[in-house]
Amino acid sequence: MTVAATIRIQQADFDVAQEIAALSRGRTDVGAVVSFSGICRGSEQGEPIAALTLEHYPEMAEAEIGRHADEALSRWPLQGLTIIHRFGRITPGENIVLVVTASAHRQAAFEAAEFLMDYLKTNAPFWKREESARGTSWIEAQGHDDAAAARWTKS
Amino acid sequence: MKLKYFAWVRERVGKAEEIVEPPAEVRTVGDLIGWLAARDDAYAYAFEKPTVIRAAIDHAHVKSDAAISGAREIAFFPPMTGG
Repeated sequence: MTVAATIRIQQADFDVAQEIAALSRGRTDVGAVVSFSGICRGSEQGEPIAALTLEHYPEMAEAEIGRHADEALSRWPLQGLTIIHRFGRITPGENIVLVVTASAHRQAAFEAAEFLMDYLKTNAPFWKREESARGTSWIEAQGHDDAAAARWTKS
Repeated sequence: MKLKYFAWVRERVGKAEEIVEPPAEVRTVGDLIGWLAARDDAYAYAFEKPTVIRAAIDHAHVKSDAAISGAREIAFFPPMTGG
């Protein structure tokens, strides 16, 4: 059976519970649903922030997330996959990103979700800029995110 | 070819995109970075640390030794911080 991923890159917020429910509603072949939601924190490195603004490269974000979704579908026996990434100004407490994976068993769902998040962090063309009392500045990439993504590379 | 810039690369260059026609000896992404950096102070500042700059050709990540021949759109940007 071919499973199509749902991928949305949008400015608007999304409803996590609704997205999770959508992957198992009305079916009996799904035994595990794993979701990861990334939420805007109210501080960065101990400093309070007012908001994050996410810049993105629309055509490439769609292509890159699509390629990673296809890879996840080929590596794990998934029954459903939803990826949502927001752009624009996001205030603390709001959703930024969502990955939901559905499978017959938990291991595939957990692993695929983790793989996708590690790759989104390092390969999806989005850039966060923080607003604080000191002005605005671009958030720097973290080396541990690259290390997390590298462990999924097949040797 | 069309060039696109994002995040602080865009801010330093001072524009989001432009059309360029580099000379024939500019063959790779790395060559293109060097050619751009030599244009003026704004480009020199944007590309002052070439190893930090990431590039994509036609919406796919590439390394600095990638050939640019036939590329429609080349993008330059800092390491990504989405997710």
